[in-house]
Amino acid sequence: MKPAVLTGAHFMTGDVACAEGALAAGCRFFGGYPITPATEIAEHISGRLPQVGGTFIQMEDEIAAMASIVGASCAGVKSMTATSGPGLSLMLENIGLAVCTETPCVVVNVQRAGPSTGLPTLGAQGDMMQARWGSHGHYEIIALAPASPQEIFYQTIEAFNLSETYRVPVLIMTDEMIGHLSERVVIPEAKAIHTVSRPKARGRKDRFKPFAPGPNGVAPMAIAGEGYHIHVTGLTHDERGYPDMTVEGQEVMMSRIVGKIRNNLKDIIRTDSYLLDDAEIVIVSYGVSSRTSLAAVDEARAQGIKAGLFRLITVWPFPEEEIRKLAARVKGFVTVELNLGQIHLEVERSAGGLAPCVLVGHAGGTIITPDRVLKTLKEAF
Amino acid sequence: MTPTNKSINHPLDDLLRTDRIPHIWCPGCGIGTAFAACLTAMKASGIDLEKTVMVSGIGCSGRGAGYVMLDSYHTTHGRAIPFATGLKLANPELNVVVFSGDGDLFAIGGNHFIHGARRNVDITVVCVNNLNYGMTGGQVAATTPLGAKTTTTPVGNPDGPFNLPLMAYAAGASYVSRWTILHTRDMTESIKDALLNRGFAFVEVLSPCPVNFGRRNKEKALDSLRLYQEKTIIKNDAHPSELDIDFERGVTLGKFVDIERPTCIDRYDATCRPPEMLEEEKAA
Repeated sequence: MKPAVLTGAHFMTGDVACAEGALAAGCRFFGGYPITPATEIAEHISGRLPQVGGTFIQMEDEIAAMASIVGASCAGVKSMTATSGPGLSLMLENIGLAVCTETPCVVVNVQRAGPSTGLPTLGAQGDMMQARWGSHGHYEIIALAPASPQEIFYQTIEAFNLSETYRVPVLIMTDEMIGHLSERVVIPEAKAIHTVSRPKARGRKDRFKPFAPGPNGVAPMAIAGEGYHIHVTGLTHDERGYPDMTVEGQEVMMSRIVGKIRNNLKDIIRTDSYLLDDAEIVIVSYGVSSRTSLAAVDEARAQGIKAGLFRLITVWPFPEEEIRKLAARVKGFVTVELNLGQIHLEVERSAGGLAPCVLVGHAGGTIITPDRVLKTLKEAF
Repeated sequence: MTPTNKSINHPLDDLLRTDRIPHIWCPGCGIGTAFAACLTAMKASGIDLEKTVMVSGIGCSGRGAGYVMLDSYHTTHGRAIPFATGLKLANPELNVVVFSGDGDLFAIGGNHFIHGARRNVDITVVCVNNLNYGMTGGQVAATTPLGAKTTTTPVGNPDGPFNLPLMAYAAGASYVSRWTILHTRDMTESIKDALLNRGFAFVEVLSPCPVNFGRRNKEKALDSLRLYQEKTIIKNDAHPSELDIDFERGVTLGKFVDIERPTCIDRYDATCRPPEMLEEEKAA
């Protein structure tokens, strides 16, 4: 039997590194449904979970897979599922349930080109807005975009930690290229891995209010079978968890579930940069596209153009403050992404007209080459 | 003599969120009777109520989870069973009861029902079947009789209904029964049996919906109860294929399946877990 944390240096794909990251984070339940190019995550974790005391189940569809992980999390177990675009479309209903009931869980989307069945085996980054707004109603959510198998390992742990801290579903928005890319992944010793669990319910069981927020806006979470006799509903509810069908009730609940993210942006948002300090032209990118952008920055620098990379690790909530600050001092932004303009719109909005923004987009199915980025960058600025 | 507060307490008050009463169910509705039977059965079964969870979907019956003073989850439309599957698999010590309606469990949630039964997930599913979508005002359901009028079949239902016990049986449920809300004692006893059955246990409860189904089909609340009395026959072990609901010919009630077979968790442990881990657990 292998341990939950596979300490050592490995050569593994992004999908497998994601599964290993989940195990290292303490994930012990996975509800899955096969879909290219995410299937390898389910395949790998289905063999590993029963060895470490966890449970894997392949459900009848993605709707059920998502519902099962929300249920498992309510029983106190860190839970995850993994899918690709068409599956995410089906999961959005119960992602909304997890948002409304503040149930921690992690959803991995190994993006492929859409819409509809699209190009099942070829990568894209076309679901970024779906991740942000796909379930109905207004809400805040966290989404990460790792750019390598090593990073997907760590970001999966981070996804669980953020999800447990803020009691919110966290999406890992990777892509087919990163999911299927094999690279060196170094897994540290178990004791060196920082894991976080949800704030626990305490105090008198008859007086416990399951949705009364703590100092950071997040309520301690009672789990099924602990004796708190909680009621949890996807209806608008009050601090007791009871349905509250009033305008005021809606206002209070929404302020809390939106506020717990908006008021903790500094703790949540992670970004990375390359040669950004003196950059006049800023490439904004994430996931696989950030890797080709790195080459474009190097080539631009070689040609005397002061380019730099601002890489999004957290895509949602969007680092608008950082973009706004950059906009005040740079010549312009180039957003590089495998869609026809999604995060580009966020960059444009955040720049607030202080600097021009151009897009290097692609409909998906292949990577964007550094040449194209360089060409656009030169033409625009 | 003025009654004291104590004298007006209901015997199930300890299992009710009394601060949420009055409930939403209409006069003449049978859900309350089915709900009370479910709570009575939970008490009578001797299961650890601190480890008992009620899960509902959406609809009139789906509000059940909101009134029970246990850990209770009111989930999304049709998804109570996969949610309950996650709860049970994540913590096998929990007793998980799904209390929901026919529209929720058999139309939008139909696929989840058959897979829950196929896997033999150790949960109890109580389905209040009122033959229509009551909460949204009386639309046709997968259980509405052929020819019945609803707001979306104004001249009559062109489709026939599911035979729910047959579906449960065919999909592999380990306990299957059908009662009406008039057969309160049988229903209560049956839900108790279902709770104690190790496996996917299904109880269908026929219930009147006078406000939304009855009034469009010349069936007043008492008419439904009269049908339940005069046009039903109790036939335990009847073959599930003989259980179509047709009140002209008569409707069969009873317990149709009560078997024991390995549950989802039994099979997972035996098949997927390393033998040394199971031995360790046994020793502990």
